[in-house]
Amino acid sequence: MIVRIMGEGQVRLADSHLTELNKLDDVLLAEMEIGDGPGFRRTLHLLLDKVRDLGEPLPDDALDPSDLILPSPDATLEEVRELLGDDGLIPG
Amino acid sequence: MESGPVLLVLLQMLELESVRRGRAKPMSGVMKRMGMIFRAKANKALDRAEDPRETLDYSYQKQLELLQKVRRGVADVATSRKRLELQLAQLNKQSSTLEDQGRKALALGREDLAREALSRRAALQQQVTDLETQHQTLQGEEEKLTLASQRLQAKVDAFRTKKETIKATYTAAQAQTRIGEAFTGISEEMGDVGLAIQRAEDKTAQLQARAGAIDELLASGALNDPTGMAKDDLQAELDRLSGGTDVELELQRMKAELAGGSSSGQQAIEGGAGQQQSQQQPKDTPRFDKQ
Repeated sequence: MIVRIMGEGQVRLADSHLTELNKLDDVLLAEMEIGDGPGFRRTLHLLLDKVRDLGEPLPDDALDPSDLILPSPDATLEEVRELLGDDGLIPG
Repeated sequence: MESGPVLLVLLQMLELESVRRGRAKPMSGVMKRMGMIFRAKANKALDRAEDPRETLDYSYQKQLELLQKVRRGVADVATSRKRLELQLAQLNKQSSTLEDQGRKALALGREDLAREALSRRAALQQQVTDLETQHQTLQGEEEKLTLASQRLQAKVDAFRTKKETIKATYTAAQAQTRIGEAFTGISEEMGDVGLAIQRAEDKTAQLQARAGAIDELLASGALNDPTGMAKDDLQAELDRLSGGTDVELELQRMKAELAGGSSSGQQAIEGGAGQQQSQQQPKDTPRFDKQ
């Protein structure tokens, strides 16, 4: 599967990692929903580290869409909430 | 929501995929939803077009525009960064001037003036620390945007090749199925880059407002004149105390040296001239004291 880290690019990961990424992703969503900023930041960075660690960067000229997309490392809970709440926010 | 049906279809697709993989609960996390939203956006654009081949040309135009925009973004951030660097240099210069003034005041026995100079310097240092943080932020943004523009350039080139192949090889109906992935892939990149530019613009705008405020402070002389043309109150007082020259300070230093004993190191450096100077000093001192 292909995962995009916003602002950084895409990496390819073995599908077998999906389960552990999903666990963290569930936590991330829960933290976003209850508004736990510090928790959100911590989990986001855990997730980012894992994806960077397990993934191989895609070449720059790859045109493959991503299966999963992660917010950029400096994204705040509020920003991600906005991104998810209104697709009109994404330009282009 | 406008994109309701598309989202719903995507939701179902995702669900199928997850079920097929036999692991994930659909829609369970942030990164899945994000992926969906980007895909929905691309699908909407594809659905709108009568002939998908036109979508390719239109998208390519958009890509070129975005490339221009990213490059402008990089240039804008660089300009802001350079402005910050200039201000930092001015503030640092001012800071070392204040330090010198503090030292001078202390040497002249004016601890009150020295305290004033040092507390002004402390306030200045606060600004410097602040600006340095901002400088780092801008540098980070510049790097990110530069990399983003390189990635986008590579993808736009790849897309152009693919687009020409598709247009030359397939009919409108056939093209539909061929376009999907490449179009979704590049749309995703464009969305990402577009957001990155927005973020960089926001940050630059915030910093520019603050940079403007510091320029005003520097210009008004509140942080003292970095050009040294107009003398500030501290300097004026110090000049008055030392008779407008550094002679007084120099004398104090020499007196201290003499009082400190042989000060052999100093004499060794100055060699034969040391003898002559030490003979002249006692004569010179009373003359300047009268001023």
